[in-house]
Amino acid sequence: MPAGTLYRGREGMWSWVAHRVTGVLIFFFLFAHVLDTALVRVSPEAYDQTIDIYKNPFVNLLEYGLVAAILFHALNGLRIIAVDFWEKGPRYQKHMLWTVLAVWLILMAASLPRILEHTIKTIFGS
Amino acid sequence: MTAVVEETAPGKGHGATAAERDHTLITITLRIRRFNPETDAEPYWQDFKVEADPTERILTAMMKIKAEQDGSLTFRRSCAHGICGSDAMRINGRNRLACKTLVKDLDMAKPITVEAIKGLKLEKDLVVDMDPFMQAYKDVMPFLITSGNEPTRERLQSPEDRERFDDTTKCILCAACTTSCPVFWSDGQYFGPAAIVNAHRFIFDSRDEGAEERLEILNEKEGVWRCRTTFNCTEACPRGIEVTKAIQEVKRALIFRRV
Repeated sequence: MPAGTLYRGREGMWSWVAHRVTGVLIFFFLFAHVLDTALVRVSPEAYDQTIDIYKNPFVNLLEYGLVAAILFHALNGLRIIAVDFWEKGPRYQKHMLWTVLAVWLILMAASLPRILEHTIKTIFGS
Repeated sequence: MTAVVEETAPGKGHGATAAERDHTLITITLRIRRFNPETDAEPYWQDFKVEADPTERILTAMMKIKAEQDGSLTFRRSCAHGICGSDAMRINGRNRLACKTLVKDLDMAKPITVEAIKGLKLEKDLVVDMDPFMQAYKDVMPFLITSGNEPTRERLQSPEDRERFDDTTKCILCAACTTSCPVFWSDGQYFGPAAIVNAHRFIFDSRDEGAEERLEILNEKEGVWRCRTTFNCTEACPRGIEVTKAIQEVKRALIFRRV
């Protein structure tokens, strides 16, 4: 049965969608991460070669995306725990979401220069 | 009071002439998702233009369409005053009661979409099969369970004890919450918010002795643990019940075994 329009959920629903999406993204990262780290058992050279592939601005940008996904997933995870365990959690879920997003934004801004340092220097010169 | 109104403003209110009333009327478009199982393979959208006062309800506009434009338009409504819970539908993408949604509270310039609630089998236009919903309700045993001899007088309860479950007594079983739940859309076996709300109403009633049984039912795979706290149910409830909070209280009662 075709679903018709998309359900117009509010903060609660979209934070849940974002939590799922970031969760899946983190899973795929871990999948690749376990594989590339396991290469060290094949040979240290194979490991070094693979890691060298990662040393470019595109992967650096992906790293920043990974930080974004993990930070949101972790902070929103705390919010969900509070919703389930704190008596007043359900009533303050929106406030907690705004807090999560504010902290996320601060941490993202703070980590930007450090993580993208090399890429910025490579592209724009030092 | 009525007499005063008539005296000071003879041309307004109930005494308004047809011309004065028409002045406030605007033309709105209802984009209704139609489906006739006998002729249609799939649901489709149909636009209806209808004259409505901004202070009127969507239900009024729909009854006007049914009376004046297309008698085959099918939807449920009974009391039309937000108590029977018959006319839950998805209006502009959100579950609401058509009889409690005013035209002026929606974007009147754009077509207003009206669809059947999601997750239950569509039978015709806006009518869905409510049986699975009612079965989940029955499964949580929504009645007083006691033991021992029946008292010769009322079962008394302190105001504080009554207050404990006051919020969940307000449910009208309209299914707006259950059919707003993403978990229910993908897993029709989930008890759903409405059944949990009605279980909550008895679990936390000091006069009731069936809490353990109900908690066990909701402790099963398709019980409260399916809840992902998206709060769609709380947003959708036309009675303002804090549905997610009630579900959370049942979860906590299960974890800490304290009612």
